[in-house]
Parts: sequence; C-alpha cells; structure tokens
Amino acid sequence: MNLAEKILAAHTGRKRVSAGEFVNAKVDIVLGNDITAPIAIKEFQKIGVSRVFDPRKIVMVLDHFMPTRDIASAEIGKMMREFCREQDSVFFEIGKAGIEHVLLPEQGIVLPGQVVIGGDSHTCTYGAVGAFGTGVGSTDMAAAMATGDLWMKVPPTVKFVYHGNLGRWVSGKDLILHTIGDIGVDGALYSAMEFTGEAIDALPMDGRFTMANMAIEAGGKAGLFRVDNRTQLYIKSKAKGPYNVYEPDPDAEYARVIEYDVTGLEPQVAFPHSPANVRPVSQAGGVEINQTIIGSCTNGRHDDLRIAAQILKGKKVHPNVRCIIIPGSQQVYADALKEGFIEIFIEAGAAVSTPTCGPCFGGHTGVLASGERCISTTNRNFVGRMGHPKSEVYLANPAVAAASTVTGRITHPDEIVK
Amino acid sequence: MLKGKVHKYGADVNTDVIIPARYLNIYDPVELAKHCMEDIDEDFLKRVEPGDIVVATTNFGCGSSREHAPMALKAVGISCVIARSFARIFFRNAINIGLPLLESDEAVDNTEAGDIVEVDLSKGEIKNVTRNLTFTASPYPDFMAEIISSGGLIEYTKKRLTSGRV
Repeated sequence: MNLAEKILAAHTGRKRVSAGEFVNAKVDIVLGNDITAPIAIKEFQKIGVSRVFDPRKIVMVLDHFMPTRDIASAEIGKMMREFCREQDSVFFEIGKAGIEHVLLPEQGIVLPGQVVIGGDSHTCTYGAVGAFGTGVGSTDMAAAMATGDLWMKVPPTVKFVYHGNLGRWVSGKDLILHTIGDIGVDGALYSAMEFTGEAIDALPMDGRFTMANMAIEAGGKAGLFRVDNRTQLYIKSKAKGPYNVYEPDPDAEYARVIEYDVTGLEPQVAFPHSPANVRPVSQAGGVEINQTIIGSCTNGRHDDLRIAAQILKGKKVHPNVRCIIIPGSQQVYADALKEGFIEIFIEAGAAVSTPTCGPCFGGHTGVLASGERCISTTNRNFVGRMGHPKSEVYLANPAVAAASTVTGRITHPDEIVK
Repeated sequence: MLKGKVHKYGADVNTDVIIPARYLNIYDPVELAKHCMEDIDEDFLKRVEPGDIVVATTNFGCGSSREHAPMALKAVGISCVIARSFARIFFRNAINIGLPLLESDEAVDNTEAGDIVEVDLSKGEIKNVTRNLTFTASPYPDFMAEIISSGGLIEYTKKRLTSGRV
C-alpha cells in the first residue's frame, strides 16, 4: 500500500484498502472556519443529535472575514463561539489564533498518521506532517461532527520524485508551481500526491507545508510527505499525545510516477488567471505591480517572513506599491517580532497585519481595484480572487514577492540581494 | 424528468467565479443566488430560468471548498450540471445537497448554449431536444446512489444513526 492507502486502511479497521474503494474513514479532526462552519452548524442541527461525536476533535477557527469585517461576519463569529461553548469543542479566538492551516500543526493538534477533514480546500496542507488532510464542504463537516466518520473513495496516488538540489531563492512554492504548471489544474484530480526525492529530503518543514497546501491547485485530494527526521523534530516539541507513523510499502502501487530534476530550477511565477499558468521569473517580463501580499496558509510561516526580511532589510517599498505582510499566526508574529523582521518590514514601508486570510480570497485587508496587479505568495489567481474581476494576481514565493516590492515590477531576488 | 435550456462554459470553472468570496459572509441560498456566476458571465442572472442546465467541459467547480457554490446554482434554479469532469470537493458538495451532476463527454461535446436538454436521472439519460441526440451519463456508484436516493447526506446520516450503522 502507498501512504494514502496505509493511513486510510488504519482508519477503517481493515488490513488493506486499495484505490477506487469506497470506505467510511474515522476522522481524527473535523475543522471549520467562519465561511464553512455556519452552514455546517445549521446542517448539524438538522441531523437530530444533540452532541458532536467527540468535542476535542471538533476545531473551529475564525480566520477568513476576521477580525470581523462587518456585522454579518460578527454574527457568524458569535454563532461559532456559542456553538463551541455549548459543545465544549476546540475554538480559537482572535488574539490567540491565526490562519487555520498555519495554526493547527503549530499547536500540535494535527499529527502524523491522522485523517483530518476540514471545511476548507487547503486542509491538504497537513500532508506535510504525514497526515491525510482533505478539504470537504459544510454538509460533510456536519455529518462527520455527528458520526465521527466520513465516506471517501480511496484515491489513486501519483508519486512525484524531485531529484537534485534547490538553488538560492528556490523553495517549496517553486516546486509546487512548477509541478502544477506541468500537470495542470486537474493533473492530480481525485488523486493523492506523494512528494519524494532528495530535494524533498532537504526541504525544510515550512516549504513542505507550502507544497502540500497547493496539492488542491492540481485537483489533488491530499498532498503527502513521509515522516522523516525533520518532521519528527518539528512534531516532538508540539505533540500533546501519541501518534502513528505510516510508511509506504516498497511494492506500493502508484497510478503514475512523475520525476523532475530541479537543479537549476528558477523561482516560478503563476500568471493570471490560473495557478498552472507558470513561467520562470526571468521570463516574467518585468510586469509592473501595485500591491504585494506576503502571507496566507501557503506562505505565512516563519521561513517565509525570514526570507522576506532578508530581502527588505535596508530597502524601501517602491513608491507605486503598497506591501501588506501578514504573519500566519500569533506565534509566527511573536517570533518575527523577536527576530526583528517586523521592524525591517515597517522601516521598509510595509503594512503588517494581524493574522488573517483577508486578501487571499478578496475578503478584506488588501482587496484590489479594477486594473490593479498584485504579486502574492497566496495560492490562487482566479478571476476576481483578490477583488475586482478586472484585477490580476501573480503567484510567487516570498523572495520574489519581496524583491518585486522594492522595484515595483516582477523581479528576480538576485537583482536586490547580490 | 429535468428540462431546461443550456448555459455552456469551458474548462476549470472555479467556485470563486460561481460565487465570489466577497459574498461568503452570507449563507442564505436565496441571497447567494443573486450573485451566482456574476464574475464569469454578467448576463447569466438575466438569462437563467428555473430548470436550466449548466454544461461545462473539464474540472467544473475547482478551487475553494465553499458549499455556497452548489447552493447558489441550485437556488438560482439550475436543475443539474453536466460536465466532462468535476473537481472532487464540488462533486461531494453537490451530491450531499441534492444538486444532480452528470458526467458525459459526448453530451458536452454535442451541446451548445441555448439548446434545450432533458435529463432522466433514473436512467442517466441526457437528451438534447434541439438536436435530437441522446447520450448516457456514467452511472453513480451504488454507495453514492444511496446518498442521492436518501435525499442528500443529512437524510442519509439520519438513517445511518437510527439504524445503528455508525
């Protein structure tokens, strides 16, 4: 069995499952946010049970329209707060929280070997720690909150092998953009993606989170990494309980194996309006930008801010650009403060926001006007994603985003830091 | 039997264009329906009538997991969506809330905007009345057919809980 099959078999009480089978998998965590939880709560109330299956396994995070954008989002926050209080389930309040997919691994809630379902498509992020995380809708969330399990089709797995070494300024973001550019936005549709190879062995945890996070941008159901020493080191200080590590069998079956030699790979940029519309930064043609976003569940972690600070240190945000930097959680924010990153950002003329998903989905804190262009470390550049349907989003890693902030056009980081 | 005129789209219609995120602090289907498809097809709301059918090529409903997308399509009166393929979260969400989806390459290739199409869900039969052509959609797996015949995931879950199948 491959990694996805191993984890799912363990959650169905069976020795073996294989791709294509329908199973009811036990879930370890059911996650909801302020977009998906309100409908889930309404639907849960229709099922006719008074209690969730296990309150410690239901986790709700306020992160999308939060801190509250308007009265409607305030009402949603109130509804979620009351539901969690009544059910005694896990709730993250503003000021003690962050973006769900940055927060849950950092808090030791998501652990290797788990099945995590979340009312958020980027729940696949948890594959970085060897958990089978997958996005669902609100009704799925509601049913799982009542029963503790969820119907699933065991996905076929596509194995990606990355040979070689990553160059300077090249990160997990570039590997995943390069991959999506190659296979397309439905290149891994209904499939689990398993990421391996020596470039992956050398990839820090934050880069792995970025890659797993964007598995959904290729249509993937999960984006999985094996648990290695880096994972163990990351988990050890955070885990509040025991966990299981699963390894793919040497004779595991894969629907496809795709190999890349990534030595010499440049930082990548996804042009509007698809994450698959990818070019190396040297071929980005110096597109002029109006805004930079550095943050999100994709690139709002410590390493991301460290790289942005390395580039922005002693530099200024270009007069035609506004730069918004959003630490992904209170912990990421506090660490960035201690290490001096925040001071660097403010001295450069960037706005630093409290953790939120805000601009990534065009909610608030960086919504674009007609005709404006943004370079962003987020995950989607669909029509209207960050605001006006005639605005444009270019996806890149934090180094490219920070370098472009200084020049006002899409720029290779080598141009700024020699 | 479902019957309506066709609204046709291409590949990778994402949930951000089906219902833009700026409206996601709303979860009333009727209110969501007022903004359905507005970023991809400005005239959709003027043209759409109850019973109409959306036809698209591949990967329909990709992107965000928002259930607001199938909710808005259903509330605006769309009776079913026919595509070559669907993104998986959208597929689950639609089945779970009772918006029928059908997969058929031939039906998609031989149907244009404005055609009148009839769908017999029990047989998986798609008839293009305008062109007098009939197609058969891929059947649902038994497991999913049970969710559909129960009236969606909530009703199915109720049945599971009362029959002790949890």
